[in-house]
Amino acid sequence: MSEDHALFIKKVAEKYGRDPTRLMDILLEVNARYGWFSEETIGHIGEAMDIPRVKIRDKISFYTFFSQKPVGKTVIRLSNSVVEKMKGAAEVARAFEDAVGVKFGETTPDGAITLTYAQCIGMSDQAPSALINHTPVGNLLPEDVGDIVEAIKNEEDISQLPQALIDVNLRRSGPVVFAPMDAGTAVRAALKMTPEQVIDEIKKSNLRGRGGAGFPTGKKWEACRNVKSDFRYIVCNADEGEPGTFKDRVIMSERANLVFEGMTIAGYAVGAEYGIVYLRGEYEYMLEDLKRILEERRKKGLLGKNILDKKDFNFAIRIQIGAGAYICGEESALIESLEGKRGAPRERPPFPVEKGYMNRPTAVNNVETLCAAARIMEQGADWFSTIGTEASAGTKLLSVSGDCSRPGVYEIEYGITVARFLKMVGAEHAIAAKIGGPSGRLVAPNDFDRTISFEDFSTGGSVIFFGPGRDLLTHMKQFTEFFVEESCGWCTPCRVGTTLMLKEFDKIIEGRATRTEIENIKKLGQTIKTMSRCGLGQTAPNPILTSMQNFPELYEAVIKPVDYIGTFDFAKAVSAGAEITGRKPHSDEEANL
Amino acid sequence: MSQETVTFTLDGVKVKATKGQTIMEAADAAGIYIPRLCWHKDLPSGGNCRICTVMVNGRPAGSCLFPVEDGIVVENNTKQLKDHRCQVVEMHFIEGNHYCPSCEASGECELQALGYYTQMLTPTSPYLRPKYEVDASHPDVYIDRDRCILCGRCIRASEFLDGKCVFSFEGRGIHKRISVNAEHNLGETNMEASDRAATICPTGALMIKRTGYRIPVGKRRFDIHPIGWDIEKKKKSG
Repeated sequence: MSEDHALFIKKVAEKYGRDPTRLMDILLEVNARYGWFSEETIGHIGEAMDIPRVKIRDKISFYTFFSQKPVGKTVIRLSNSVVEKMKGAAEVARAFEDAVGVKFGETTPDGAITLTYAQCIGMSDQAPSALINHTPVGNLLPEDVGDIVEAIKNEEDISQLPQALIDVNLRRSGPVVFAPMDAGTAVRAALKMTPEQVIDEIKKSNLRGRGGAGFPTGKKWEACRNVKSDFRYIVCNADEGEPGTFKDRVIMSERANLVFEGMTIAGYAVGAEYGIVYLRGEYEYMLEDLKRILEERRKKGLLGKNILDKKDFNFAIRIQIGAGAYICGEESALIESLEGKRGAPRERPPFPVEKGYMNRPTAVNNVETLCAAARIMEQGADWFSTIGTEASAGTKLLSVSGDCSRPGVYEIEYGITVARFLKMVGAEHAIAAKIGGPSGRLVAPNDFDRTISFEDFSTGGSVIFFGPGRDLLTHMKQFTEFFVEESCGWCTPCRVGTTLMLKEFDKIIEGRATRTEIENIKKLGQTIKTMSRCGLGQTAPNPILTSMQNFPELYEAVIKPVDYIGTFDFAKAVSAGAEITGRKPHSDEEANL
Repeated sequence: MSQETVTFTLDGVKVKATKGQTIMEAADAAGIYIPRLCWHKDLPSGGNCRICTVMVNGRPAGSCLFPVEDGIVVENNTKQLKDHRCQVVEMHFIEGNHYCPSCEASGECELQALGYYTQMLTPTSPYLRPKYEVDASHPDVYIDRDRCILCGRCIRASEFLDGKCVFSFEGRGIHKRISVNAEHNLGETNMEASDRAATICPTGALMIKRTGYRIPVGKRRFDIHPIGWDIEKKKKSG
């Protein structure tokens, strides 16, 4: 049996030329066969790849889709991100536990089904949602769960379930991303110019990166082009993992051609012959369609050698699937992951445009940015810069979820006020909006007259609305739990600091905090923000810090007007004994604590 | 490597440096100590502990990796940074189980020395108290993960100085830990007591057996001089 395993793994390794940078694909294929990684499997992979087993274990243990203990034939990953919880994920979870007969985190004794939680799977507009192996199911109701589990047990095709019909939920198309398009138009327009002219046109358009940081795209391409190198790469970041975001899901299902068009143009502009799409593991179900579109483009001469008969312009695209790690949306962590390593962010400088993938100049662009770049080629920089505001040209896709009547993706012009936007989506009664997902800020109604733009509320696209009656502090705690879960652990301030933040915040939620805890949290938050290595740590304190800033009354209401409350809870500590003996524990005061 | 000279400002003082140096290297040469923990002179920098973070033109950067540039303004010894550093040192104590009085590394431990240097008091956040077992399977070297601060020095030393790959990380976030290149434990690896990795740990997480008390407490490295003394003395003498 062991020899069979070894042989299978050897064949997979050989299929990828035993190339260590393709380790992710190799692990995905091994995982597809066995479902998990035993130490024996890890040893075989190490041998087949000539990589020390500790390095293989390092990689496997980093990604949530890889397990080091046996899992069932079917893995149900129920998303329990904040929006999912708001929409009843807990009730759905109980229904799954009842129907399957095991708790979350467990596998049925016959090895058929594993129940596990996942972070946001890009389905917040259709929450509660889950991935059943790779198939997403949405709008789950507790009463549906029995049928779903029955279908799994009967080995039916899950994708045929009514819950597996994913709504596109494109609520509003704008002129840039979701306007009609023909494959090849933008590339054709770009090839009429020199690469330098393409970069100038992008610079003139004022296009800025849509992933959140807002770096000028033309400047990035120019920097990448100007670094001397034998190879350059284009990477499309389709690893959206911010809870509440799902715009890339809609772009990749509705406008994949525009994305590939943008990558090809970027390749022409910077002088790269190779592009990689890093698609989050949660979207693996799209892979076949995307590969088909790439094949069509090859047939049309839009990819491959001498594209559209332009001599010596060659460009190829491959899609890399991820394996579940929010941090891989950070461009340098994404590159590490692409190279077959754990997705730990790199120190900068050097920036990816200088030393990126394979230490070569690499332009990493967001899916949406590439769409905009392609459209600028079609319609011109002048046209583009008339849309939006002076500092924020163009449109922005917003993924809207939470308490609103029309969740989904909206393509809006930059400069729209929050107030106008919440009318558009049916969230007029919102008591708060989380703009930019967990790493963004919690905005109070008195700021709803402000705008969504780089100069005001800048966002990667996740907008979560909270309606009347929502317990905002509990939701801020849940956002913080997300960062604890997703911190890569490379650096101390983020690895330890996020956990400490959560523990301090628990005191507030449990009504055991004084003004001292508030001050401690602010201080801790500033340390994490200043000292962390990458954007994850630098933004992880935002849910708590921005809610303190914008909703001070919520904190005033729960903190105690005393100087100090100990962390030791006497009543809790003796509760087990008290229960057995039937005696009532003394209060803290009586116990002289 | 060209010997091009650049000049930058460090806490208001003009410092000359060689292009290609990191801020930390340039500061060291100038006799200005920037506290650090995961860094080691014989290893490529890892940037794990972040204690050496300085402000470069108003933005935080790890000085162990950030290259000097002409004209940059670097802040190191500010109250704000000292507070942040102290808190990050504290985090290391909170994350593990560091029983200094009974630890063999006491007096040699860079974490303990930094605790004194940053004037850390009792941590304000509760200890996390993780549960680990000591790996004493190797005849000459043992791992006590209670004291591991995940600085990655042993990983880098094994790879770059010993030409081996005895260690790597495992897991992520707060569950991250040091893992060894074997199915079970250190005893199955090709680790040797003569490896540089065996003596490069800044705390007492990786120790050579039967050597713990060769130097008596009171006469150890940081019992005699505080951490950073060797760098700061250059300035005093120069």
